[in-house]
Amino acid sequence: MDKIYTLGIDIGSTSSKCVVMADGSDVVSSAIIEKGAGTDGVDIVLEKALGDAGITMDDIKMTISTGYGRKSYNGDKDMSELSCHAKGGAYIFGEVATIIDIGGQDAKVLRLDKNGQLQNFVMNDKCAAGTGRFLEVMANVLHVDLNEFGEYDAQATERTPISSTCTVFAESEVISCLANNADVKNIIKGIHYSVASRVAGQAKRVGVVPPVVMTGGVSRNSGVVRALEEELDTSIAVSEDSQLAGAIGAAIYAYESYLKNK
Amino acid sequence: MSNVEANVDAKPKARDLLNKIVADHYQGAWDAKNAGEKVGWCASNFPQEIFETMGIKVVYPENQAAAIAAKGGGERMCETAENNGYSNDICAYARISLAYMDVKDAPELNMPQPDFVLCCNNICNCMIKWYENIAKELDIPMILIDIPYNNDYDAEEDRIAYVRGQFEHAIKQLEEITGKKWDDKKFEEVMEISQRTGRAWLEATSMCKYTPSPFSGFDVFNHMAVAVCARGKKESAEAFEALLEEFKENVKEGKSTFKGEEKYRVMFEGIACWPHLRHTFKTLKDAGVNVTGTVYADAFGYIYNNTNELMQAYCRTPNAINFERSADMRLKVLRENNCDGAIIHINRSCKQWSGQMYELERVIREETGIPTAVFDGDQADPRNFSEAQYDTRIQGLVEVMAANKEAK
Repeated sequence: MDKIYTLGIDIGSTSSKCVVMADGSDVVSSAIIEKGAGTDGVDIVLEKALGDAGITMDDIKMTISTGYGRKSYNGDKDMSELSCHAKGGAYIFGEVATIIDIGGQDAKVLRLDKNGQLQNFVMNDKCAAGTGRFLEVMANVLHVDLNEFGEYDAQATERTPISSTCTVFAESEVISCLANNADVKNIIKGIHYSVASRVAGQAKRVGVVPPVVMTGGVSRNSGVVRALEEELDTSIAVSEDSQLAGAIGAAIYAYESYLKNK
Repeated sequence: MSNVEANVDAKPKARDLLNKIVADHYQGAWDAKNAGEKVGWCASNFPQEIFETMGIKVVYPENQAAAIAAKGGGERMCETAENNGYSNDICAYARISLAYMDVKDAPELNMPQPDFVLCCNNICNCMIKWYENIAKELDIPMILIDIPYNNDYDAEEDRIAYVRGQFEHAIKQLEEITGKKWDDKKFEEVMEISQRTGRAWLEATSMCKYTPSPFSGFDVFNHMAVAVCARGKKESAEAFEALLEEFKENVKEGKSTFKGEEKYRVMFEGIACWPHLRHTFKTLKDAGVNVTGTVYADAFGYIYNNTNELMQAYCRTPNAINFERSADMRLKVLRENNCDGAIIHINRSCKQWSGQMYELERVIREETGIPTAVFDGDQADPRNFSEAQYDTRIQGLVEVMAANKEAK
């Protein structure tokens, strides 16, 4: 019997992700690019994922878009990134009760029931504190590549506290730390704790039940993961596919939706 | 039967009656002002029975601010107040009202300038300073009825006595300011009408317990202006009774003012996001979500049998009650109206209302197991709301409610 291919497209604020799935269970190909909503990022990842899978759009039975730019893509359906990260998180990690997803401009904590179904969620307030954008601003001030933040954090000898919640105020605080010759590594560790304490507050509102996992782009930053583990006093699983969770979830939903409407 | 006859027989629509009451209310205030009478600006939860008894005309800055915000004037007025030195952190109703006091013109809704202000802090504490500033700027008297926050579930006798003392003092002050006299007999009549209005209003809003609800929940945000400004008037009681009848008729016929299928029923917690009313409503409507419960609209229906209970009722206004009572109010709404979810407006203007919402959300989830979504917004400052963020939260909530229904 022919495989049923579905497509999940996650158009975030700073990156685009695409996953081709077969029969709602196997990831055939995937692509990520650091270009988000309003760019040609979605076209690039789509072309790459289809090319790697050796198929064309004609082979795709259903497409679901998700993420901040979900409405800008003309697929079969769009779904919120909340449901898609829950579905994708459950696929990647198996048994999971709490998912922390920190993306480019929002942070969310998802609670799942024992069947992997999203039960409830908490999202960040309107401001950018506790999100990937906050980290990007800090990377610019410090002139350190964001991809190296985890490593810098691991080498810190102590934590320089960054107490401002507001991104703009925290930026000034980091500048004054630099002016006082604080070690960049220690400042980065402080920044990670600032993010972690804010997200941990959210997580506690919805209730932290293990197993806890992390999805979204910021999960690649081991410094934030460590800080969150400490704040929440629990271990947090991450995966190489964490950033793809939303797109994977969308592709699985697309498969389920296809079967339902067949 | 000819068309003319049909029109004669047709009962007036409750909506038209309610709109007329609001229009008459403002016209009455203008007429009084033009006739040289003293006209007041009054807090929404000030005991309206007092000046209804005395035949004193007042208008409501909160109603005006909501109308200005809903018609797109919120940002202009807030900026005017900010340019006058008022902080962006202050309630947007207050900023709009303080701006109106200064510029004295708002094309969205004009009303007479005040000769005195009547403040009651049961639903809003910011109002004390807001009204004090108006009184000082315009050099007019301010009457305050202070209703302290109730740490206990019910206001005890000492608190009732405290409120009653102020009630009596307010009457004396009003007699001095306006030259009008208090009349006990008239007061009894007004109390009776006010209760009749309150009962009809609360019974009408409670009709959303039926599935489908006979009305769109956002309707009550529009109708509640009458519950605020004219609950002591016979016409209001009659209009709300007509509204109730229409809702009952809808239930009987399975009709609703909510257009489309009512797929999901939610409680909307907090004050409406007036500047973005259309977007907040349309997003829900398009997803088949009807609001079948609010605490805010019901806050203006007062039920009591005597003056002691009247004081008690004014002490039970949201924001004056303790957390347990607050939570019980919400749980009652959610259970009686079979809500599938709750939408919570974290309203930057109203810290007093929004402050307890995070804990309240936790209690709702624990006690009912329903999903909730929190969004940032503002009752009158359009700058504190993001459509994309609202949409994501609502879509997420709808997806959880859909999955819950499917699993049943």
